[in-house]
Amino acid sequence: MTRDEIRATVLRTLGEIAPEVDVAALASDVPFRDQLDLDSMDHLNFVIALHAALDVEIPEADYPKLTTLDACVDYLDLAGPGLGSSASTV
Amino acid sequence: MPILTADMSAGTLVEWRKQPGDALKRGDTIAVVETDKGLIDIEVFTPGVLEKIVVQPGATVPTGTVLAIVRDTVPAAVPASVTAAPPTPRAPIIATPSAAVVPAAAPSDRLRISPLARKRAAELGIDPAAVHGTGPGGSIRREDIEQAAAARAAPAAAKPGGALDRQARLRQAIGAAMARSKREIPHYYLATTIDMHRAMTWLTAENLARPVPDRLLYGVLLIKAVALALREVPELNSVWRGTEPVRSDAVHVGVAVSLRGGGLVAPALHDTAGQSVGELMRALRDLVQRARSGGLRSSELSDPTITVTSLGEQGVESVFGVIFPPQVAIVGFGKIAERPWVVDGQVTVRPLVTATLSADHRVSDGHRGGLFLAAVDRLLQEPSRL
Repeated sequence: MTRDEIRATVLRTLGEIAPEVDVAALASDVPFRDQLDLDSMDHLNFVIALHAALDVEIPEADYPKLTTLDACVDYLDLAGPGLGSSASTV
Repeated sequence: MPILTADMSAGTLVEWRKQPGDALKRGDTIAVVETDKGLIDIEVFTPGVLEKIVVQPGATVPTGTVLAIVRDTVPAAVPASVTAAPPTPRAPIIATPSAAVVPAAAPSDRLRISPLARKRAAELGIDPAAVHGTGPGGSIRREDIEQAAAARAAPAAAKPGGALDRQARLRQAIGAAMARSKREIPHYYLATTIDMHRAMTWLTAENLARPVPDRLLYGVLLIKAVALALREVPELNSVWRGTEPVRSDAVHVGVAVSLRGGGLVAPALHDTAGQSVGELMRALRDLVQRARSGGLRSSELSDPTITVTSLGEQGVESVFGVIFPPQVAIVGFGKIAERPWVVDGQVTVRPLVTATLSADHRVSDGHRGGLFLAAVDRLLQEPSRL
């Protein structure tokens, strides 16, 4: 999966959790918590959805690595089966 | 139209999920109603057959209005001579302000109603068969009749041209319920600090062993601890029925859920004390998702016996909640923060949380409330037993 595909998956997942948000307008290097009104349940659902969509195990200890869009893409690009090809078109 | 929360006065019938002739069993969703709390699935409480739909989709009606007529199912073992009589219409799923839609054969003889309440119902044009009784054994009191009449009248006064948008109506409804609470309930407030070291350590280890979809949030430990502590101070697990607080055998913790765009709802996690933390976590995820996207069930709105609210994720140190009528207590939790704490005479750093209790002084006092918070603390020191 390419970084663009990972990014699209992350954005789609966020959009499902917070449908009121225009995810296309999110700053990619600003923490989600500063842009979105997400609580721990939203964050857990975010991780579960990424796990389901990308078949990747995300240990709880790694949650702090998922704070921004860029950080999510970096983390997921290196993690899990089916990921990490880094065939980025960016 | 059922009264699902203390602040509800009307609802809009969105769709019917059953049609005339359909068999109904307890727990079936018969209709979807829109209220200020969002879309709510209206459940069937006793089995029967849907005989007639009275209110059509799109109609906004006050609480107490009959939505449909449900007939009792006839037991198969009953002799033919008995079944030859037409089935008796049972009290509709909900109330009616209009006698015109109530069959003449309404089983008034089954009702437990005081003579004064029956007289008052006639004066106000309320069908007592459709009113929820709050007296002993569910009997209908005069107050129940007058409340139904007031609820019927409320929407007309509250809808000046329908200009209020949903957010404003939600705020208005919350304000009305909270104003009533502050006006009628003599609150007392207690707080304690709880060391969450053992709970958080256990949680971290537990989540390491759990697959991603089954992981737990610390909030579920707090909720379970509250539910178990109520066994020790059961008077806090009560709801007012008329003029009497009635203890509930089951613990149905209402969980305050903030809605996107503002407002909140506090639906019940049914049988909170009887579920494992894993089961509660799954139920909580489902409940929060439905609270925010629509699809709460009527029983989830009407059944809470106590409420838990947590604002810790917003950085709040402590929250002293306003009791949701007809409940008698609300428990609050602030953020978990690492702070200095003395353990065995030594200052150390521990994750601490402030737990609070707002309770109805007509039902309990500070001593019992203190025992309750102490029980919550003690239970959280043994997280594996929650």
